[in-house]
Amino acid sequence: MIWRPALAALLLALALAAAAGAVEPEEQLADPALEARAREIGQELRCLVCQNQSIDDSDADLARDLRRIVRERLTAGDTDDQVMAFVTARYGDYVLLRPPLRAGTLALWFGPVVLLVAGIAAIMLRRRRRVAAEPFSAEEDRRLAQLLDHEKAP
Amino acid sequence: MRRLPFLLPLLLLAAMAVWICGLLLSGRDPHALPSALIDKPLPAFALAALPGRSDGVASTDFGGKPMLLNVFASWCVPCLTEHPVITKLGQEDGIPVLAINYKDNPADALAWLRRNGDPYLRIGADADGRTAINLGVYGVPETFVIDKAGRIRYRHPGPLTPDLVDTEIRPLLAELAK
Repeated sequence: MIWRPALAALLLALALAAAAGAVEPEEQLADPALEARAREIGQELRCLVCQNQSIDDSDADLARDLRRIVRERLTAGDTDDQVMAFVTARYGDYVLLRPPLRAGTLALWFGPVVLLVAGIAAIMLRRRRRVAAEPFSAEEDRRLAQLLDHEKAP
Repeated sequence: MRRLPFLLPLLLLAAMAVWICGLLLSGRDPHALPSALIDKPLPAFALAALPGRSDGVASTDFGGKPMLLNVFASWCVPCLTEHPVITKLGQEDGIPVLAINYKDNPADALAWLRRNGDPYLRIGADADGRTAINLGVYGVPETFVIDKAGRIRYRHPGPLTPDLVDTEIRPLLAELAK
């Protein structure tokens, strides 16, 4: 079974290739720890040309330039937060794929939860009201039994 | 009143439809992003001239009076469509227009200027696009309005149109010139 290790190696290579997105081999840093940090940052930054891809996933020229800048800053000794601040100072919060929690973004973050809770509360209120409906009177019970008997008879 | 719970979703949908139609018909580009540098000083830069020219452009060239900074490239088709608009602003309104030539082949840029006219007071070549990134440029063309104090007051991503010049740029320039 010589092909098994070969297949495993191929699958591993394919898995790694998928994770790299549009990051070209010559862009990557020699230091694997720095490259891993660059990848993490790259996944968080929006490509402003395509707008729905991260810079790691995009083939756009600007995305490649930004990937290069991220790697340059990391090599120069910046922390991850400093790199993010460098990019947001130029492109604004929109460049972040995960919007930051601020007064202006409260509705964005908590709106869905508030709507869900409000919906559940509305349904529970309606339920309670329905349960409180009056029980049948003796006359209604008799008539109901009569109707049911009648249905069985023929 | 009993119908209200059933009518409410319909009314909400109608309100949304009107709002979205308004946005679509306003002619605004939904992909246009606001600049993070509005009201901030122009970041420091100094770009060399295109070969055979002696100008170049630097952040210190701005200030004293309101000026425009236009980012263009010879390979950019929308730049060609806005070129007459920029030319008109520079020549008829007498607004100094300075330019950054973005990631261009210098020979192509010079030929483009010969062919389409050169309304620019100064041009700097941004071969690697780094100055543009410091300005938050994410595509060409882009146009900035810089005030007397050298601060960025306005940025338009995409080609300038005569309509945009009349409704936004001229009023702003008039106010900044005071």
